[in-house]
Amino acid sequence: MRVTVLVRPKQGIRDPQGEAIGRSLNGLGYGVSAVHAGKIFDLDVDTDDAAEAKRIGEEAAAKVLSNDLIEGFEVIVG
Amino acid sequence: MAKVGVITFLGSLDDRDALRAVSTVGGTPVPLWHGDTDLKGVDAILLPGGFSYGDHLRCGALARFAPIMAAVADFAAAGGPVLGICNGFQILCEADLLPGILTPNHGQRFICRDVDLIVQSASPWIGNRPVGESITVPVKHGDGAWFHPQEGLAELEANGQILLRYSEDINGATDRIACITNATGNVCGLMPHPEHAVDPLLGSIDGQLLVGRLTAA
Repeated sequence: MRVTVLVRPKQGIRDPQGEAIGRSLNGLGYGVSAVHAGKIFDLDVDTDDAAEAKRIGEEAAAKVLSNDLIEGFEVIVG
Repeated sequence: MAKVGVITFLGSLDDRDALRAVSTVGGTPVPLWHGDTDLKGVDAILLPGGFSYGDHLRCGALARFAPIMAAVADFAAAGGPVLGICNGFQILCEADLLPGILTPNHGQRFICRDVDLIVQSASPWIGNRPVGESITVPVKHGDGAWFHPQEGLAELEANGQILLRYSEDINGATDRIACITNATGNVCGLMPHPEHAVDPLLGSIDGQLLVGRLTAA
């Protein structure tokens, strides 16, 4: 079963990657006032149980995939 | 002579310089391997700089799960001296052995040059040099902006855990903080490289203060 973990920089945390991408987009004339760059992890977990899959995704996100000081995460099952 | 273990992770770069620096300050260097769980009876531990696991995910985030890190955590909890330099600092923060986290330099540039660091708190980690004195040590990093929420910073300062600040804002670190310790003072981390400043030929010997603390154990 697939679990997707989205990791985003917390509001107010400096994001140099997003800033650089934003400058490039604006250089191309897209008129973007801010870009926040995060990460996507697609986990194919060894279970068919949606609740168990969500638990694994949330534990992996909290323990490894994100750092609570600077990032928040969202877990999507299916 | 104090035995100082230097841990080589997959992607460590400065382990050999660190081993040599330990010898320079009169210690016995002991190479340690990330996959081991035995600290070989060392009196102090140094986590060197580099790009462990290719800096994938976040700097130091994967190395913190290396087999030897459980032994390092036990060693630190028992009061043993542990120094993390650059990537070693990042690993100690990710492992929650030090407060805060290292994030990308705000200027989006890799920085490689000597920096002046101002003593904030007299500590054996910097030879008990007086507050306000300056030491010179090189930096070389792209992810060196130490971040800590404003909440709790005053407590770190009051505890004397903030040892060095950059004399100028080079990377966006919170309050220009360059070097910190844990609450008990036996674990220390910094982005600058003291192991590259132990010989007059290298331009500065101020790095001997930090590496030398490990041999005083």
